Amino acid sequence: MSNQNSLMSLEYEIIENDFTRAGEASSNMRKVLTHLGIDSKIVRRASIVTYEAEMNIVIHSYGGKINVTISPEEIEIVAKDKGPGIKDIELAMQEGYSTASNAVRELGFGAGMGLPNMKKCCDEFNITSEEGKETKVVMKIYIRKNS
Amino acid sequence: MKVQEIKEILNAKVLTGEEFLYKEVNAAFGSDLMSDVLAFVNEETVLLTGLTNPQVIRTAEMIDLFVIVFVRAKIPDDSILEMAKKNNITILSTKYTLYTACGKLYEKGLRGVVVKGEIR
Repeated sequence: MSNQNSLMSLEYEIIENDFTRAGEASSNMRKVLTHLGIDSKIVRRASIVTYEAEMNIVIHSYGGKINVTISPEEIEIVAKDKGPGIKDIELAMQEGYSTASNAVRELGFGAGMGLPNMKKCCDEFNITSEEGKETKVVMKIYIRKNS
Repeated sequence: MKVQEIKEILNAKVLTGEEFLYKEVNAAFGSDLMSDVLAFVNEETVLLTGLTNPQVIRTAEMIDLFVIVFVRAKIPDDSILEMAKKNNITILSTKYTLYTACGKLYEKGLRGVVVKGEIR
């Protein structure tokens, strides 16, 4: 049996503007979670938050990384990029607010729902960013509550 | 509504996933905005869209969506069909516009997604 602290870690490099490969990391993570026998509703929420995070890195940043840590209690997803940072986080969290280019909107993104979707789907959500610096989003989805 | 029925109502061509025409959906969502699809689709749903890029398949994969109808006779390229095949997604193509295709399914009883207890 797995011990209380058993962890599995996944790390994905996300390349800016690479729309061909965008989504591969989330897809891979999704397969791992399914393979581990995690409940499909939880897999779905983890997939949505990771995919939105991945698309944000591709669309809005200079590139970054997504780290996923899986324990019996929870899935933790950390999405970090190299910049350019978010000037007004509150504004960015508003549904419908987007800074995406027209090219991105033509791909079906840039509707301004990414960050709100991410927050809605996880149990813990934390975003830190400053203009000119990195953006880091830490999200947790509980698999089971500690008794 | 079974996927087979959707195919018939929309006079659609099956581009991949013929073996899944028996599957059933409870709702339909017509959109080109992938984040909206992620935000609102929460049950067995058919997606109708005019966007034929790989992100449509990725979005579908993330939420276990298994049938997509491309409207306005759009045919996605082979790499996209391959992706759909790998994910057991049925792809249909209809000549109808998004509005007409949605209307035809709606009048046969297929409703929109339910969000917070309300059909949207």
